[in-house]
Amino acid sequence: MKLRSIEEDVWILAIESSCDETAAAVVKNGREVLSNVISSQIALHTLYGGVVPEIASRKHIEKINQVIEAALYEAGRTLEEMTAVAVTYGPGLVGALLVGVAEAKAIAYAAKKPLVGVHHIEGHVSANFIEHPELEPPFLCLIVSGGHTHLVIVKDYGVFTIIGRTMDDAAGEAFDKVARAVGLGYPGGPKVDKAAREGNPHAVEFPRAKVGGSAYDFSFSGMKSAVLNYLNQAQMKGETVHVPDLCASFQNAVVDVLVSHTMAAARDYGCTRVAIAGGVASNTALRAGMQAACEAEGLALYYPSPVFCTDNAAMIGAAAYYEYINGARAGWDLNAVPNLKLGER
Amino acid sequence: MRILGIESASLVASAAIVEDASLLAEYTVNFKKTHSQTLLPMIDELIKMLGIELSTVDAVAVSGGPGSFTGLRIGSATAKGLGLALGKPLVSVPTLDAAAYNLYGAAGLICPIMDARRGQVYTGIYRFEREFEVILGQSALAVGELAERLNGFGERVIFLGDGVPVHESFLTETLKVPCAFAPAHVNRQRAAAVAVLGSVYYAAGKTVSAEEHRPEYLRKSQAEREREEREAAACLREGEEPV
Repeated sequence: MKLRSIEEDVWILAIESSCDETAAAVVKNGREVLSNVISSQIALHTLYGGVVPEIASRKHIEKINQVIEAALYEAGRTLEEMTAVAVTYGPGLVGALLVGVAEAKAIAYAAKKPLVGVHHIEGHVSANFIEHPELEPPFLCLIVSGGHTHLVIVKDYGVFTIIGRTMDDAAGEAFDKVARAVGLGYPGGPKVDKAAREGNPHAVEFPRAKVGGSAYDFSFSGMKSAVLNYLNQAQMKGETVHVPDLCASFQNAVVDVLVSHTMAAARDYGCTRVAIAGGVASNTALRAGMQAACEAEGLALYYPSPVFCTDNAAMIGAAAYYEYINGARAGWDLNAVPNLKLGER
Repeated sequence: MRILGIESASLVASAAIVEDASLLAEYTVNFKKTHSQTLLPMIDELIKMLGIELSTVDAVAVSGGPGSFTGLRIGSATAKGLGLALGKPLVSVPTLDAAAYNLYGAAGLICPIMDARRGQVYTGIYRFEREFEVILGQSALAVGELAERLNGFGERVIFLGDGVPVHESFLTETLKVPCAFAPAHVNRQRAAAVAVLGSVYYAAGKTVSAEEHRPEYLRKSQAEREREEREAAACLREGEEPV
């Protein structure tokens, strides 16, 4: 028997800077995370009630070398030992993406390593591979974050069929807006989740929006407006709003729609494995709701630990591995593509 | 001493390799294509043309700002990535100092102007007597204020930079001193000037690590400015001194 030598393993240095986290990771063979360094800017953007693109870009350039060097150091590996360098090139904030893209290209060029451009959402999906060695395509994946809400069939590594998407706000965006309206502030997702734990999810029945298009499409702006109307009416009547009840009821409505659409798709497409991905995948109510529904239907459910749900570079390294072994290589002219569509190259 | 120069603070994307007193190669594009797509392929082209190893450069000199925020960051991230991978230091060269260096030896004052929008220019005032002299370090000024200052010197001025097409007629009308505008081959930022001035800094030990380097924007982001204005206004309403 021949032992696998280090040369046969694929080591990827991955870089992510698409929004407000500067991140770098070292990932071995797409599934083993040696380091996952994240420099978060949340505290800074909280002053502005949301991510300010120019401030995010400025922070990225200040932190990026430190984060990359920390990722290599924590992995106990040198740049020379890496097989390839990978970077998120879209979708995201263009100025933020450009920092990571220019940095990754220069590192790959100077270190004479191949460069792999990674789709941010493909990264979120691939976060599921890190802790679930048994998970392989095909499977159904619900992607929910501040910028995205997609229901996709992952046919193969890097091959997706989008069967549902949001017609307006992303699920995470609705959480942020509701959090702002009730004075919880930014980032809304975790704050609503926390407040909701003390509340009654059936205190207020918010409408579950129906959408004209595909049966798996989503709409969250109506739900968000219903919450805002409810707040306005309460204010006019001089009533005090019970924030935990409101959060629990709103969250329950969102989770209800996400779970029911996902279950319908799993039935219709005959999927036995369901995964969730993206920042909202760490929402406790969504996890619990999805777990209960999957158990009832006899489906296997996968979701990443919270640290791999938030924007991180380990997930980019996981996605990059499959891109790399499929022969994907980016040129030195790789550009940031802020509105990159899923499945586009 | 071999220095790679990078310039991407404005519409110009430029890369150059300077060895001691010799410019080995320079690639400059002053056209609408994003620096993200042009800069690294240009460096690659220089290296291939010269048939040298990138690792033989002693330092990477980068035009450190001010300029287009995004343009500066593309140049900076490229320099930082090269520095990290090569284990080489960076030299942060003030963008306007490097622009003025294009007119090395010119008589009178040298005044590069970059269009900073909002009625301002990024500018500086320089002179060559025996050596390169910074009279006014790079700053963001209203173009009227710049004209006033230049009138105060009572010397001939030569202008260059992408602020010239925007402000040429205003300057011609307002200035009471003789003025000239540099011709095309020396009227924009160039990486050769960044590399040459970078060599001077490098020889003087003025280097930074790739980790330390960050662009000099000379301006806060719009969100920060607005927040400070709001806070100052709130302080005034409460009768306090703004901090």
